[in-house]
Amino acid sequence: MPRSAVRVGSPFTGLAPVFMKELSDHLSSMRMMVLTLFVIVFGALPVGFALQDLRNVVVSDPYLFLRIFTVTPERVGLSFIVALNFIIPLMAIGLGFDSVNSEFNRRTLSRVLSQPIYRDALLLGKFLGGLTTLAVALVALWLIVLGAGLLLLGLPPRGVEVARGIGFLVVAIAYGGVWLAVAMLFSVIFRSTATSALCALGLWLFFFILWPMIASAITIGFAPAQVTSIDQYVAIQELGLALQRLSPGTLFSEAVVGLLNPETRTLGFMLPMQMRGAIPEAPLPLDQSLILIWPQLTGLVAGMIVVFAVAYVVFQREEVRA
Amino acid sequence: MADNVIEARGLLKTYGSQRAVDAIDLDIQRGEIFGLLGPNGAGKTTTILMMLGLTEISGGTVQVLGFNPVREPLEVKRRVGYLPDAVGFYDHLTAHENLAYTARLLAIPRSQSGRRIMEALESVKLADVAGKRVATFSRGMRQRLGIAEIVMKQAEVAILDEPTSGLDPHATFELLEMIRGLKRAGVAVLLSSHLLDRVQSVCDRVALFNKGKIALMGTVVQLANQVLGAGHPFLVEAQGADIAGALRGIEGVQTVVPEGEGGWRVMADRDVRAAAAQRIVSVGGSLTRLADLQPSLEEVYTRYFQEARHAA
Repeated sequence: MPRSAVRVGSPFTGLAPVFMKELSDHLSSMRMMVLTLFVIVFGALPVGFALQDLRNVVVSDPYLFLRIFTVTPERVGLSFIVALNFIIPLMAIGLGFDSVNSEFNRRTLSRVLSQPIYRDALLLGKFLGGLTTLAVALVALWLIVLGAGLLLLGLPPRGVEVARGIGFLVVAIAYGGVWLAVAMLFSVIFRSTATSALCALGLWLFFFILWPMIASAITIGFAPAQVTSIDQYVAIQELGLALQRLSPGTLFSEAVVGLLNPETRTLGFMLPMQMRGAIPEAPLPLDQSLILIWPQLTGLVAGMIVVFAVAYVVFQREEVRA
Repeated sequence: MADNVIEARGLLKTYGSQRAVDAIDLDIQRGEIFGLLGPNGAGKTTTILMMLGLTEISGGTVQVLGFNPVREPLEVKRRVGYLPDAVGFYDHLTAHENLAYTARLLAIPRSQSGRRIMEALESVKLADVAGKRVATFSRGMRQRLGIAEIVMKQAEVAILDEPTSGLDPHATFELLEMIRGLKRAGVAVLLSSHLLDRVQSVCDRVALFNKGKIALMGTVVQLANQVLGAGHPFLVEAQGADIAGALRGIEGVQTVVPEGEGGWRVMADRDVRAAAAQRIVSVGGSLTRLADLQPSLEEVYTRYFQEARHAA
């Protein structure tokens, strides 16, 4: 085997047909309808209430449009971006948890792989198909929110607000990509679709509910009994933050806050003296906000690539036969 | 090399210390139907997967149509049609859509694919259900759709893994007819099976797998001679008198074994049926049946594995 391990032919042969088939399967599936319903219920509710609240606001706010996304309505207690923080993983898991093992269980895998196509193209095509489906759903949701804002607030968004909104979409898609890759990894590892769904959802719950607690517990554990200097205090805070940021949800919400709340000056820890000279409540320009969230976005994309790479390696080694 | 579509030399597949396929040599010629026979777990499917480059090769070489499936799997898979054991299709798509997906994977130009799909579906008598979802298809129809895929692909070699397992006799008959059709179209067919009498009727040559090794290889008659011994077996059914004794007295008869009620299985070194009939009548017996026994693959198979077990 090793002496002739070099394969001939492009690994992307057949990528386009796989991608197109996955996309059309997803878009026409019952599951997509359920997910859409889900998104509408969980997305529209906060947006609807937020809009009602915002209509009563009289102060002039240059970023009124972005508030639709970030404001926490009094009656729901859930802002649109917080809702998305848990809807997006659920959608991604819903789209990816059975992508490979269902092919195996339907016994289509060996037949498809006996066509002139590498496994690379099959996995990548499935991933891109799922990601595009997710992107389509998110863009649709985004447009709906924008439309509702136009109708109910009666004023058009400014260019910079649209630009920040588009940045938000990119971050949301990258966040979805991480969870799609996770779901696909489990679909490659487990032959049973139920097991892979359970594992993906379990990991999601872990990061959503348990991880913040565990992270703070670890931070407290590392902290000295008595904090004697500011440096020490900063170090502890930064450790806590670094642990929190292992969760993709943290990266997503930080990046989104940085984009949609132009007043955000830092996503990390900042001492009062570092704020000296800053004009409070003054919005940052778009490029500065982008620089601010760049590490978060890069982190999400890198996470997506790493998880996908693991899934790829596992899939390459898998036996095709039952 | 000239007319071999598949050449395996010392082909080896190991899982840990276990040898699933143990250094086999195999040649498949252009235009023949070759049967891989053997019990489950003997290494048939693994051999097939190695030929397609779908599983790694632990040792030895295999050439399919002059290509190395390890290095050039795309070239191999472009020219070889594969019907896996219990083939699956996308249930939510129609027969036509399923083949259209394969056609796109094969990069068949759109202008040709519609015609080629319909021709393939017609050749397996599925044209009238082309627009039906595969979810409604029976097992036999799915297997035929698998054959249609190979026809559409215009494959030079067709590899069929257990094509007839789980089919009713009529569906089996139809499927074997289609396999013969592939051969008539110049396609070399490699099929694996444990349904021996069915395989016997279509295969030009067979290889008998046992524990990862090819135990026997050749035509059915060659195998029969090898395992059952050269000779003319025939079956006698008669009543009255000492039939067995009378049969043993005939020159050339080697063994007489009782088989069923009033029946004997006779093995002779030449055709002695006329003499046997004469003898039975002359000793006062009433002859009810005298049948020449064609060597059946099933017999070869059963006998071989009995002997293999005894030897073990």
